[in-house]
Amino acid sequence: MFRMAWRQFKRDTRSGELRLATLALCLAVGSVTTVGFFIDRVRLAIDIQASALLAADLAVESPYPLPIAVGQRAAEIGLANSHTVVFRSVVAKGDKLKLVEVKAVDAAYPLRGRIETALDPSGFASHAESGPSAGNVWVEGPLLPLLGLKRGDTLVIGKSELAVAAILTLEPDRGGQLFNIAPRLMMHLDDVARTGLVSAGSRVTYRLLVAGDKQQLRAWRDWAEPLLGERARFIAVRDARRELRSTLERSEQFLTLAALTSVILAGVAIAMSARRFATRHLDSAAVMRCLGATQGLVLRVFAVELGILGILASLAGGALGYASQALLAEVLSFFAPGPLPLPSLWPLVSAGLTGFIALLGFALPPLIALKDVPPGRVLRRDVGRLRAPGIGVYCAAMLAVAALAPWQAGNVTLTLYVLGGALATVAVLAGAAWLMVRALARLRTRVGIAWRFGLANITRRAGGSVVQMVAIGLGIMVMLLLSLVQSDLVADWRASLKPQAPNHFIVNIQPHEVEAFKDFLKTKGRVEPALYPMVRGRLAAINGRPVKARDYRDPNVRRLAQRDFNLSWAAVPKADNRIVAGRWWESHAAATDQFSVETGIAEDLGIRLGDRLTYQIADQRVSARVSNLRTVDWESFTANFFVVAPPGLLDRLPATYMTSFYLPPGEKLLLHLIVERFPGVTVIDVAALMDNVRGIIDRASLSMQSVFVFTVIAAILVLIATIQSTHDERRAESALLKTLGASSLRIVQGLTAEFLALGLVAGLLGAAAATLVAYVLAVAVFDFDYRFNPWLVPIGLVAGGISVALVGVLATRSSLRDPPIATLRKS
Amino acid sequence: MAHRHSAAKANHGTLLNNIIIQAEGLSKQIASPEGLLTILDDISFSMRRSETLAVVGASGSGKSTLLGLLAGLDTPTAGRVVLDGTDLNTLDEDGRSRWRAHRVGFVFQAFHLLPSLTALENVMLPLELALQQDPAGAARSALDRVGLAQRVGHYPYQLSGGEQQRVAIARAFAPRPRVLFADEPTGNLDRKTGAAVGNLLFALREEAGTTLVLVTHEETLADHCEQRLTLEMGRLLKS
Ligand SMILES: Nc1ncnc2c1ncn2[C@@H]1O[C@H](COP(=O)(O)OP(=O)(O)O)[C@@H](O)[C@H]1O
Ligand SMILES: [Mg+2]
Repeated sequence: MFRMAWRQFKRDTRSGELRLATLALCLAVGSVTTVGFFIDRVRLAIDIQASALLAADLAVESPYPLPIAVGQRAAEIGLANSHTVVFRSVVAKGDKLKLVEVKAVDAAYPLRGRIETALDPSGFASHAESGPSAGNVWVEGPLLPLLGLKRGDTLVIGKSELAVAAILTLEPDRGGQLFNIAPRLMMHLDDVARTGLVSAGSRVTYRLLVAGDKQQLRAWRDWAEPLLGERARFIAVRDARRELRSTLERSEQFLTLAALTSVILAGVAIAMSARRFATRHLDSAAVMRCLGATQGLVLRVFAVELGILGILASLAGGALGYASQALLAEVLSFFAPGPLPLPSLWPLVSAGLTGFIALLGFALPPLIALKDVPPGRVLRRDVGRLRAPGIGVYCAAMLAVAALAPWQAGNVTLTLYVLGGALATVAVLAGAAWLMVRALARLRTRVGIAWRFGLANITRRAGGSVVQMVAIGLGIMVMLLLSLVQSDLVADWRASLKPQAPNHFIVNIQPHEVEAFKDFLKTKGRVEPALYPMVRGRLAAINGRPVKARDYRDPNVRRLAQRDFNLSWAAVPKADNRIVAGRWWESHAAATDQFSVETGIAEDLGIRLGDRLTYQIADQRVSARVSNLRTVDWESFTANFFVVAPPGLLDRLPATYMTSFYLPPGEKLLLHLIVERFPGVTVIDVAALMDNVRGIIDRASLSMQSVFVFTVIAAILVLIATIQSTHDERRAESALLKTLGASSLRIVQGLTAEFLALGLVAGLLGAAAATLVAYVLAVAVFDFDYRFNPWLVPIGLVAGGISVALVGVLATRSSLRDPPIATLRKS
Repeated sequence: MAHRHSAAKANHGTLLNNIIIQAEGLSKQIASPEGLLTILDDISFSMRRSETLAVVGASGSGKSTLLGLLAGLDTPTAGRVVLDGTDLNTLDEDGRSRWRAHRVGFVFQAFHLLPSLTALENVMLPLELALQQDPAGAARSALDRVGLAQRVGHYPYQLSGGEQQRVAIARAFAPRPRVLFADEPTGNLDRKTGAAVGNLLFALREEAGTTLVLVTHEETLADHCEQRLTLEMGRLLKS
C-alpha cells in the first residue's frame, strides 16, 4: 500500500496536480517557523542583554572568600567562570588622595557583555577582551581631574604601585546590579595580595561569576548552595522580561496571529486544490474499487500520499523558515551590533504540527469523500459525483489551527480575545465582500464591454469571489497592520507614556535617613520623591500549609517560592495599580489583617483571594488574609511591590526605604553626590537595561514586520487556487469569445477588469479592516486615542489592485490558449 | 489591417450579388498516435450572397470541422477560404477574430451563451465587439424579435433550452452579419421546440437576406435550404 501511495505521489507530482497544495503547506510551515525561530532568538537576545548587566548568567557573592571547590565544580561541568573582588580603598597620587571602589578581576572577566576602554577620557572607546593585565590599572574618567592624573602615571594603592594603562569607559556589571558609587578602579586579581589591603575584617565583596548552559547552571547552583556560608547569596540575571513583558508579548502576538492567518489562508488554498485533486481522481478511485480495493484501502492510499506530501512540504517549509529568520536576523544585526544567539529547534516541531493539522483538516475531507465513489462509475461517468465536505469540517480545521495559537503565543486569554476578534473580522469581511459583489453587479450597466464582462464574472462566481476578496483582504489587512499600524500604535503608545519613566532606583535608605534624604533631593532641585517602606520576607505558609519549592513544577516558580520578597505597606494603592479582585482597605480602617497581592505572582504561587499568607520576616512571623489582588504596570518602571500590607501590620519590623526617579543622561553627578552624603544607600541604574531591551524590541519588531510577506503570499495562493478551480470554464468562455469576434487583447482586458475590480475591493476591505482592528486595539488594549492613518486606504487599493490584477491575469493566461474551433467540439 | 479592409471593400463592388464563400481544395489533417488523420479531404465549392446551404452527413463525417474552416475558427492544412472577399489564410487568429466581429454570426448546438451575462448582455456582446452604435437598443429589439422581450434580465440558467437558443439566434442576427453559421442548432432540443427554433432561424434569415451555412441532421431543416452538401468520411459526395 505504501508503494502504491508513493507511486501515485510521484505521478501526481510530475503532473503538477499537487503543486499548489505543496506550496501552500510549505508556506504555512515556513511562516510559523520563521515567527517561532525569530521570537525565540529575540527572547534569547534579551536574556543575554540582561546577562551582560551581570557580566554572567549567574553569580554568587559573599563577604568571605568563596570555597575553591565551588569555582572548580563550575569549571568541571563546563561552565565558564570568573572571580572578582570588590573593595574600597584610598588611592594616592603625590599628596592627593581619593576614595575609589576597586574591582579586581581575573583574565576570564567578563563572561557576558563587554568592557570598553579609551586612551584618554574624551578619546575613542574600543572593546577590550578582558580586564587590565597584572601591574596595570584602568580608572574611570572622573578620577583623572580629582587626582590630577593622566595615562601612564603611577598610583599608590595600599603597598603597591600600579600604572594607569587606560580609561575605563564601559563595564558591563556596573549599571545593572547593586553597587556603591565611588569612581571605579579596575585591576588584575593577581595584584590584590600585593596591595595588602584585603585582610580578614576588611569590607570586601567576593564574587564568582558563571555562565553557560541553563541546565548546568541549575545543577551547579543546587550543588553549591549547601557549601556556601550563610552570608553568601546568589544573584540571578535580573528578569528583564518582566518589565517589558507586555511590549514583547504584544509584538509576539501580532506576529503569531500573522503567521496563523497565513496558515489558515494556506489551509483554504489547500482545501481548494485538494477538492480539485479529488475530483480529478474520482475515476482512478472508481477503477481501484472495481479491481477489488476496499473503501479502507482507497482511503489509506490517499492518506499515505497526503502524509508523504505533508512530511516533504513540512521539511521544505522548515528550511524556508530557518532561512528567512536567518535573513531577518541579518537585517536585525544590521541595526543592532552583536550577533543574535542561534535559535533552539523547537519552533520546527510546533510548525510541523501546525502544518500537519492544516493538511489533514483541509485536504483530507474531500479525499475521504473519494472512498465513497461507487465502482459503477467506470460504466457511467455521471454517477458518483464528489460530495462537498460540509463547511463544518473546515471550521473544525480552522479551530484546530487556531487552538495552537495560545500555545505558541503563550497568553491564553489575550490570544482567545484576539482570535475572537479575528473571526469576527473574517465574518465582517465576508459580509462586506458579499455586499460589494452585489454592488458591482449594479455597476455593470454603466460600463464598457471589458468591465462589464469582468464584473459579470465576479458576480456569477459570487462564492469564489467572496473567498478571494476575504483572502486578499486579510492579506492586505495583515500587511497594513504589521507595517503601518503597528508602528503607528507603538509610536502613539510611546507618546502616551510619561516620557520620564524612572530609570534609577535607590534602595537601602534607613528609616532615620528618610527626612534628610527627601530634603537633600529637594535642595538639589529635584521634586520630592515618594519613598516606599520595604521589608524583606519569605513566604512561609499559605493557609497554614508550609510553602515548599518542590510543590511547584515550574523551576522559575520554585525559585520564586524560596526567594525573599520585598513587602511594603501603604494606605492607598499606587496610581498605576488596578484592583482586579476583592477590595482595597479603607484608609482609616483599623483592621490590619490584610495583604494585597499582585495577580501574576498570585497565579504562579497558587494564592487566591481570601487565603491566609504567613511571611517569615527576620525572626518574626507575620500572617494576614489576602483581601485583594491587583495588577501592576511593570512597564512604568516605578517602584512596585508584589505584596503590600495596610499601615500598622509591618511597621514594627526592620524596614528600609526605597524610591525611584528619572535622571536625565547628563546628570549622573547627582548619583555621586547622593552616595557621598548617604554612604549606606544603594543605587540601581536600570537605564542601560531599559535602553538595551527596548532597542532590541524596537529593532526586532521592525524586521519582524516583513512576516506579512507570508500572509500576502498565502492570500495569493488562495487567489490562484480559486482561479484554478474555474480554469475549465474560463477555457470554454475564451474560445467562445474568440468565435464571436473578440481578440485576445479584448479578452485580457476583460480579465484585467475582473481582477482589478476584485483587487480594489479586497484592498478597500483590507484597509477598512486594518483601520477597525487598529481602532479596537488602540482603545481596548493600548488605551489611547487612535489617529486615523489616511494612507491605509490608498495603499490598500494600490496593493490590492496591482497584485490581484497581475496574479489574476497571469494565472488565467493558460486558459486563453484554446482556439475558437474548440467551441464547436464541446457540447 | 486597414489596407486589407479597403481592399476588401474594393472587391466588394465587383463581387456584388456574386460569390461570398469560396472554398478551394480544403483539407484538414491532424496528427494522431496512429499517424496523420485526414478529417477533410479536398473540399471545393462556392456560395453566392444570400444563398442557403445545408451540410449533412453522418456523425463524425467532418461537418463541424468544415464549418470551423469556413468561419475561420481554424486553419486548413491545405487549400483556402475566401470569405466576403478576404482570403482567411492571410489573417492570423486575432485578425480573423476581429474580422469576424461584424461579418459572421454563429448558432451552436449547445447554445453557448456566456453564463455570467444576462440575455441582454449576451446579445450586446457581438455588437460591442463590432463597435456598433447603441448596442443596448439594438440588442433589445433583437430580443423582442425572437419573443423574449420579457426575459432581457435573465441569466442563461434561468432560461429553457429553446429560450436559450432563441437568445443565441438574437445574438447571431443582431450585428446584421453577412454570413450565419449554424451547427446543428436544433440538435439539443426536442422535436417541437426544434421546429419552432428552425422556423425562427429561417424567418430572420429571410428578413435580413443573410447567407446561411447550416449543419444539420434534420431532413426538414435541410430541405429549407437551396443547396445541399453531403459529407462522407471527410469527402464531398456529389449530389
Ligand atoms: N482535435 C481533434 N482531435 C482528434 N480528432 C478530431 C479532432 N477534431 C475532429 N476530430 C475528428 O474528426 C472527425 C470529424 O469531426 P467533426 O467535424 O466534429 O464531425 P461532425 O461534426 O460531422 O460530427 C471525427 O472523427 C472527430 O473525432
Ligand atoms: Mg459536429
